[in-house]
Amino acid sequence: MAIAGPKIRSIGAAQSPLLGAAMFSPAVLYLVLVIGAPFALAVFYAFSDARIGSTGLHFVGLENFRSILQSPSFRMALKNSVVFTVCAQIIVVVCSGALSIALEKPFRGRGLVRFLILLPWVAPVSLGSIGWKWILDSIYSVITWVLIWLHIYKPYSAPMWLGEPHLAMASVILVHCWRLIPFSTVVMLAGRTAIPKEIPEAAAIDGAGFWRTLFQINLPMMLPIINVAVLFGTIFTFTDMTVVYILTAGGPFDSTQTLPSLAFATGIQGSDLAAGAAISLFLVPVLVLIAYLMLRMAHRAEVV
Amino acid sequence: MAVVETRHLTKIFKQGELGAVNNVNLKTREGEFLVFLGPSGSGKTTLLRMIAGLEVPTAGEILIGGQVVNHLAPRERRIAMVFQSYALYPHLSVYKNIAFPLKAQKVKKELHKEKVEWAASLLGISALLQRKPRELSGGERQRVALARAIVREPSVFLLDEPLSNLDAKLRLSAREELERFHRRIGTTTIYVTHDQVEAMAMGDRIVVLNNGVVHHFGTPKEVYDEPADTFVATFLGSPPMNLIENDNVIVGFRPEHFRLSETLDEAKVNFKFRVENVEYLGAEYILSGSLLGGRFEGKEVIARLLLGHTYEAGATYDFAVPERHLKFFDRSTEKRVEARALTWQ
Amino acid sequence: MMRTGLRKSSARIAHGTVLIVFTVLLAFPFYWMLIATFKQNLDLYTVENNPFILNAKPTLDHLRLLFNETRYVRWLGNTALVGVIVVSITLLLAIPAAYALTRLTGRWGQRLGIGIFLTYLVPPTLLFIPLSRVVALLGLQDTIWSVVLVYPSFTIPFSIWLLMAFFKSIPRELEDAAMVDGLTRFGAFVKMVIPISTSGILTVVIFTFTLVTQEFVYALTFISPESQQMVGVGIPIFLVRGDVYFWSSLMAACLIASLPIAFLYNLFLDRFIAGFTVGAIK
Repeated sequence: MAIAGPKIRSIGAAQSPLLGAAMFSPAVLYLVLVIGAPFALAVFYAFSDARIGSTGLHFVGLENFRSILQSPSFRMALKNSVVFTVCAQIIVVVCSGALSIALEKPFRGRGLVRFLILLPWVAPVSLGSIGWKWILDSIYSVITWVLIWLHIYKPYSAPMWLGEPHLAMASVILVHCWRLIPFSTVVMLAGRTAIPKEIPEAAAIDGAGFWRTLFQINLPMMLPIINVAVLFGTIFTFTDMTVVYILTAGGPFDSTQTLPSLAFATGIQGSDLAAGAAISLFLVPVLVLIAYLMLRMAHRAEVV
Repeated sequence: MAVVETRHLTKIFKQGELGAVNNVNLKTREGEFLVFLGPSGSGKTTLLRMIAGLEVPTAGEILIGGQVVNHLAPRERRIAMVFQSYALYPHLSVYKNIAFPLKAQKVKKELHKEKVEWAASLLGISALLQRKPRELSGGERQRVALARAIVREPSVFLLDEPLSNLDAKLRLSAREELERFHRRIGTTTIYVTHDQVEAMAMGDRIVVLNNGVVHHFGTPKEVYDEPADTFVATFLGSPPMNLIENDNVIVGFRPEHFRLSETLDEAKVNFKFRVENVEYLGAEYILSGSLLGGRFEGKEVIARLLLGHTYEAGATYDFAVPERHLKFFDRSTEKRVEARALTWQ
Repeated sequence: MMRTGLRKSSARIAHGTVLIVFTVLLAFPFYWMLIATFKQNLDLYTVENNPFILNAKPTLDHLRLLFNETRYVRWLGNTALVGVIVVSITLLLAIPAAYALTRLTGRWGQRLGIGIFLTYLVPPTLLFIPLSRVVALLGLQDTIWSVVLVYPSFTIPFSIWLLMAFFKSIPRELEDAAMVDGLTRFGAFVKMVIPISTSGILTVVIFTFTLVTQEFVYALTFISPESQQMVGVGIPIFLVRGDVYFWSSLMAACLIASLPIAFLYNLFLDRFIAGFTVGAIK
């Protein structure tokens, strides 16, 4: 990422900090006001008894956190968020890895295939999820139809995909994967094209087969880019509430509730701002960890 | 037209580090072609960029036409600059590239066409005016850059290694073109290069820089024949000057002055020269080898000889250097000192 | 020889299988939307019919319902309007900031740039509760102005990041030349850098627009009236009447809103990915 060549270490008159500050401060100010200030407000709410509609506001210390930690739906949501994120990342990495290898070499119709594969990522997520809601419908599900046609289930005894806790969880994970695989695939594709062609070729000349090349050359070299895909993927799943909200709204019986959807249900729908804010603050440690990992990566890239 | 002068000019990029340019004092002559010569990192480009106003000096003054211009922005210094990459504006046609300084300086619109055409015809690129920079060859790009530079008749030309992106063959013709161009325009020109051949061929005077310090400021002949210190002595000339230590001085002599003893009938210093490698370059030989016997045993030196005699690797010859071609440098400061009598055995 | 030939063809089969399976799985929901759009209700809701094909004549009834009897067109309009405004705000703030951070502020500008990029990672689900109060306090609740205010918070960071990479690729000498030729530092930015950067700026425009259309959480939280909705929320929330889903119209609405966005996004995707890959690829 280093820019200046060895010749001119700094930029001198081309550099003018005053003009620079004047040019970036509107954006920075805006970000501070619309991200920084609300974040501070969220922390403030979490230690208060703020509710929509009530004017009085008291400091209650850790009360919100105590009651949240004792609530079974919170524990469920925390567990679900972790399960969703971890499962989705594992499936996504494996699938998009395979897909990126398959997409690497040019073939006829690659442009069209790429467009089709990318649809889940580039289309609005709420609309894609609606499509899935129809696919997973309790009566008219196409999956059910296929299973009946294959005589795996009898008519009217087929599973309710979004109506039974374990199936609902699996469905939500599936939709997350569906949405993330395209993103991960293109990220990894970008990473693979950055591997110099000579290295796999040299490995081939040295007698390495497909699997050996994959595990001893390609995968290690792709590791940084896999990290990028996983870090972003983790953020996208861990903080997402759209898929859950549209598919199950957290049900049945909170079995698919996640931290963000629980925060929404508590803070907005249930008018309990304080508890909602406290729940959403549990996203912060994960975000900080990921930000730290990304900074480390960026720093490494800067040093190299 | 104007004279450029720098007084105690210094640029320090990072506090506590050595300056990129240190206390540089120099003054051009009216209409002169002045060359800044030095290896990469010597500060020559930084010096030029300070004169252009693209870098802010840490200390010192810059004068153009007798006026201090430190506080003036680049556009207010009545200079024109040709960059290493030519910096042609990629989205503008050649015509618009050349007209750009006029537009930016708010020259009256009616005059644009006339001036652009004048500059284009001066450089023989009238046929290219509607092209985009990417459709031009390297030589054509240089001409467009020059046309863009002269179009508003600047008082000083600054050129930052404009030939370094051209291939060897083109470089020679582009160099000649630059020289012709300067003779015709007669504007004071400062030219930055790391190529000593360019510097020797083009410069009225040369400023030799290293580590941000001026080592020598003089005509090509002075710089080559009477180098101010060992850096200048070894930086100019290919192969470089041979240096051998003797008592408290370093003695230098150019490879072309190191010749068979029998061909020299003047005061000279003799050496036994064991040739280790012979390079035949068509018009001349380059012999590398080492001195034998006495206190210079094993010292590696190079000789450059015209054809006429054959030399064999592994053989030892009687060589000598005319005394008048010996240069003396102080051993500790490496600065040039008076010739003195030394024992050579 | 036989063996390598066999190996090669089996590799080709594996390659093809992976491609076909994934393409079908990933694109299937959109095929499903397409076919539902034109299916007659009787066909759609007859469990015995093969659902993969049209078992009766295609119908345009669902599209008619969507366009005539719902606020779908209004939502599209709202979304487009918000998109245009947010794009303008983003450009206005992000272009100068990105330029300043790449060229004017040296090394710590780079660091600040990375810091700004990290704010892109702050998800709506962390801030929607306090922001809902801020929006209410400002009297913007239930209007599209609420999302106009908030959307730049995620479009600006990523746009700055993309533009920084873009500005870095412009040779510095061009700006130097422009300054020697008579422009001020700021003039060189406006008259030289911006015209050269049109493709980078276009990327930001498309990217910002697609992000606006994809957003769900803020729009859901801040806006309740049907007429003020964004398309991404209006379809899943208001096309459901009571518990009755107008599946065909719903699918048509999804498909029509998705495809243009997907198409645009796809055109510029490689640039976005280059933004995501930070420094992992050299």
